[in-house]
Amino acid sequence: MSAETMSIFSPNLAARFDALVEKYPLRRSALVPMLLYAQDEIGYLSDAVIAEVAHRIGITELDVRNVATYYSMLRFKPAGKYNVQVCTNISCMLRGAYDVYEKFQEELGIGHKGVTSDGIFSLEEVECIGACCWAPAIQVNYDFHDDLTPESVPGILAQYRNKSEGQNNA
Amino acid sequence: MPRLVSHPDEVKVVSKRFGQGAADIDKYIELGGYEAIRKCLAQGPDWVIEEMKASNLRGRGGAGFPTGMKWSFVPKQSAKPKYVLINGDESEPGTCKDHLIFLHDPHSVIEGTIIAGLAIGSRMGFIYLRGEYRYLLEIMEKAVADAYAKGFLGKNIFGTETEFQIITQSGAGAYEVGEESALMESLEGKRGVPRIKPPFPAVVGLYGGPTVINNAETIATVPHVISMGGAAFAGIGSPRNGGTRLFGISGHVERPGVYELPMGYNLKKMIYEVGGGVRGGRNLKAVVPGGSSTPVLLPEEIENLGMDFDQVGKAGSMLGSGGVVVIDDQTCIVEFALRTISFYQHESCGWCIPCREGTDWLKKSLTRFHAGFGTAKDIDNIRYLAENMMGRTFCPLGDAAAMPTLGFVKKFRKEFEDHLDGKPCPFAKHGAPELTIV
Repeated sequence: MSAETMSIFSPNLAARFDALVEKYPLRRSALVPMLLYAQDEIGYLSDAVIAEVAHRIGITELDVRNVATYYSMLRFKPAGKYNVQVCTNISCMLRGAYDVYEKFQEELGIGHKGVTSDGIFSLEEVECIGACCWAPAIQVNYDFHDDLTPESVPGILAQYRNKSEGQNNA
Repeated sequence: MPRLVSHPDEVKVVSKRFGQGAADIDKYIELGGYEAIRKCLAQGPDWVIEEMKASNLRGRGGAGFPTGMKWSFVPKQSAKPKYVLINGDESEPGTCKDHLIFLHDPHSVIEGTIIAGLAIGSRMGFIYLRGEYRYLLEIMEKAVADAYAKGFLGKNIFGTETEFQIITQSGAGAYEVGEESALMESLEGKRGVPRIKPPFPAVVGLYGGPTVINNAETIATVPHVISMGGAAFAGIGSPRNGGTRLFGISGHVERPGVYELPMGYNLKKMIYEVGGGVRGGRNLKAVVPGGSSTPVLLPEEIENLGMDFDQVGKAGSMLGSGGVVVIDDQTCIVEFALRTISFYQHESCGWCIPCREGTDWLKKSLTRFHAGFGTAKDIDNIRYLAENMMGRTFCPLGDAAAMPTLGFVKKFRKEFEDHLDGKPCPFAKHGAPELTIV
């Protein structure tokens, strides 16, 4: 297959990929970040994504899967448009992370790795995200929200719901 | 956004540009940035290594290895290219110091990386950030691009014959990749499993070339060491522990935050004065002194404890990553131990059996225990398991899981016994937690 004609990547992502593989002493060094960037654009690592990454780097699909399954941020089925990741590790736990996590479950009606029926939110309990001194903290996609209480949960969800509606109406 | 804090006892070296817009290259230069590298270019590699040795700077990732000595281990002549690798995979629970460095002072990381490159004779450096730190990676990427535009990176840095390139790299979620050999595997596009040592990275590292791997805070400290002089930096800290470090105080304190204090600063003072004391006027039950993998300390053990690698080591724990996690008297230690081991069970890469199986058994035992189904024999079993993981794995993750577990069981045996035979957890608010991470 010719990557140029069959690409499922946007021109931007394809260009980023091409620039990235050339930077390293070894093309394969682009693999881990590239999988994440592809997931950001397409939503998850579909079979087509795996095939295209393998082709562009010049390794087998099995090789790509072998690496991809190791990293906890990479996923093989779609998440919500906004993936809510609640840290419950020690520093967050001590400051009420489980209460925050419960509130998210309640508000969204889903549990760990669940996706809401409208596809807008997904929820995950995650390990330490490096915001221990501002605990409890969460990430929604890549955005950090810290110093949370259960009371701050509805506001955060409303913020992203509005953002999603704003984009749909635009 | 992470909140910046301040305390009169702080000695701001690494954090002195925080909150001043130094992510902008011109601001960084205005604040004295990129002066240290010019000095190094004028003085040469041997001088740089001697200054680093004199500084007594020790690795801020957790192991505390002297930085100058690490650099001096790299062979001068090498058939393969040499590399500098910056570890910004900050993932140890309780640790968020590098987060602030990338956010507020990205150029200090770049400048330190160039200095390390000059010292060991490398022409390429990598700055690896954990995947979750995307917004910080974007800040680093812009900083690197700005440094290229100024001619601080590239073929002829600062108008000299010296070449140095920097590549920024994103991880994709893995604590284990913070281990240096697993970090190199990840950077080579593989699963982040550790390599057997020897050979050590200084001889055979990234792409088989001699490699120096430094923690992001260590490397951000380097330009300051050069600017103030190694001996002056050493003078701030305690014997054999040069300078200051960023301590992250989290958990049950009134004023959590990242504070820069001299090495050897008293831990009790750190909690009660710098951190504002235990939240809500409660009593201190225990403190984890250096990130989740370091054994817990009791209040009576911190009275006269100076926070440096040697003193904390002598007290039976480790200074680790400087993440001080404060635990109040309303906390269930069994639950805390369970949450800690759940993390290591989740993050074990599965390469070495004692770690893969050991963390899983420990998590199962502690889950059962916390739910009230433990037996007296389980306490000894937990200890037996943990003791048999120690020192039996390629990388320190197995130890990192076993050490804190042993600490909890040894120091809080009574609390484990209070959970026996179906007794409900004395501290339970929600009953036994159902941990959903598998």
